[in-house]
Amino acid sequence: MDGVKKHFFSDMGIMLGRSMRHISRSMDTIITVTITPIALMLLFVYVFGGAIQAGTDNYVNYLLPGILLIAIASGISYTAFRLFNDVQKGIFERFQTMPISRSAFLWGHVLTSLVSNAISLIIIILIALIMGFHSSAGILSWLAVVGILALFTLALTWLAAIAGLSAKTVDGASAFSYPLIFLPFISSAFVPTESMPSVVRVFAENQPVTSIVEAIRALLSDQPVGNDIWVALAWCVGILIVAYFFAMRAYKKRA
Amino acid sequence: MLTKSIKVTGLKKSYKDLQVLKGVDFEVEEGSIFALLGSNGAGKTTVVKILTTLLKQDGGSVTVNGFDVASKPENVRQAISLTGQFAAVDELLTGRENLILIAKLRYLKNPRQVADDLLLSFGLTEAADRRVSTYSGGMRRRLDIALSLVGKPKIIFLDEPTTGLDPEARIEVWKIVKGLAKGGTTVLLTTQYLEEAEQLADKIAILHEGKIIAGGTLSELKKMFPLAKVEYVEKQPTLEDIFLAIVGKREGK
Repeated sequence: MDGVKKHFFSDMGIMLGRSMRHISRSMDTIITVTITPIALMLLFVYVFGGAIQAGTDNYVNYLLPGILLIAIASGISYTAFRLFNDVQKGIFERFQTMPISRSAFLWGHVLTSLVSNAISLIIIILIALIMGFHSSAGILSWLAVVGILALFTLALTWLAAIAGLSAKTVDGASAFSYPLIFLPFISSAFVPTESMPSVVRVFAENQPVTSIVEAIRALLSDQPVGNDIWVALAWCVGILIVAYFFAMRAYKKRA
Repeated sequence: MLTKSIKVTGLKKSYKDLQVLKGVDFEVEEGSIFALLGSNGAGKTTVVKILTTLLKQDGGSVTVNGFDVASKPENVRQAISLTGQFAAVDELLTGRENLILIAKLRYLKNPRQVADDLLLSFGLTEAADRRVSTYSGGMRRRLDIALSLVGKPKIIFLDEPTTGLDPEARIEVWKIVKGLAKGGTTVLLTTQYLEEAEQLADKIAILHEGKIIAGGTLSELKKMFPLAKVEYVEKQPTLEDIFLAIVGKREGK
């Protein structure tokens, strides 16, 4: 375009560097993100675990997938928060008036979300290992787990982007994640759905978390994944596409 | 003949039913300081947002540095820089890192050197490696303007650059703006302070209820009103004079 150079990837790299620096300077956000899931894991394994009939001899193995999803759901609220801050403080406007790629700013935040969530998840998995988690999964199954978790994070991050770009207050920007954090409780993440009353059970069995949890659990215990993985992927991709569309709309409205 | 950096003709903009700009016309000469004067809600920020490609106009035409803002926003962005109403600085980064970030995004050859030079000329060298969250309001504003100067854009927009600053910091900003114009940069600033427009601007336009109701140099504007009556009044120092005398930073006018 009229000799205007485009540097989408390097622009995005610079933006990523900026927000990664934010994360390393506010390690408390990583701690806040990991502390609740870890506390839940301790509580369910050592307090309620004895009373729960999950059908496995190792309850940590049963629990971990759901705990990871809770961590992602709370992790992305910081993405919304960081985006909201940039818009409020006018940094967003400064970038928008500079000759840089339009979407590099958003993608920088999205990549940052992926990286920071990965750090949180690694910390939680390490704690789970100490608590007796073990997996017989091979490298391919682990790669599949990483793939599903990354896709889930990406889907929720675009959801967070909608909130961050359109919220009027800080509370509004991060409050949207609370229902997401609770979703795993009404799923097969903590207890098998068979024990639930019928209405709750129907909801639990047909909401995205259950299929994602079941797929990850099967992969980690080297069991056949069956249909769950396809349902899980369909949910993730579906949420991703819809959220991306609305996030871009909110972004263009701002820009 | 002087070239025009900015040309605005018949600019219109409405938010839903509210008509904010009802046909605004003005021109800004290259290397001059132009002040858009108006009270709160007069539409100053809307004008700035359209001129800096943040907002699309409903009608009229706007050229900045020879490019139409609606059809060639990328080219306009190459030539401009915006200092918005609130200091757009990254609080978690240090002053130096803020400057390097913008220098990298502008793909300058030596970001560190650019940052060092600007830190020096804005008196921020000492605070360079502190996080911006520890800066005072005046320091933030200076850094904010410094960020806008990275890469030496031809045209700088300053939206109410001194709102919320103490008198000392305000005078510092004035000095910076005057220095910019001396260096050949075109400056468009908005302000609600008459004194600020009087101090800084080569040309002033008064924006009121979506239209430019008067414009020209200060002396032209003065001629539009009845001649001043000569009265002898004892000159009392204003509180500002007193404050500045005590603080001892008053700049010679």
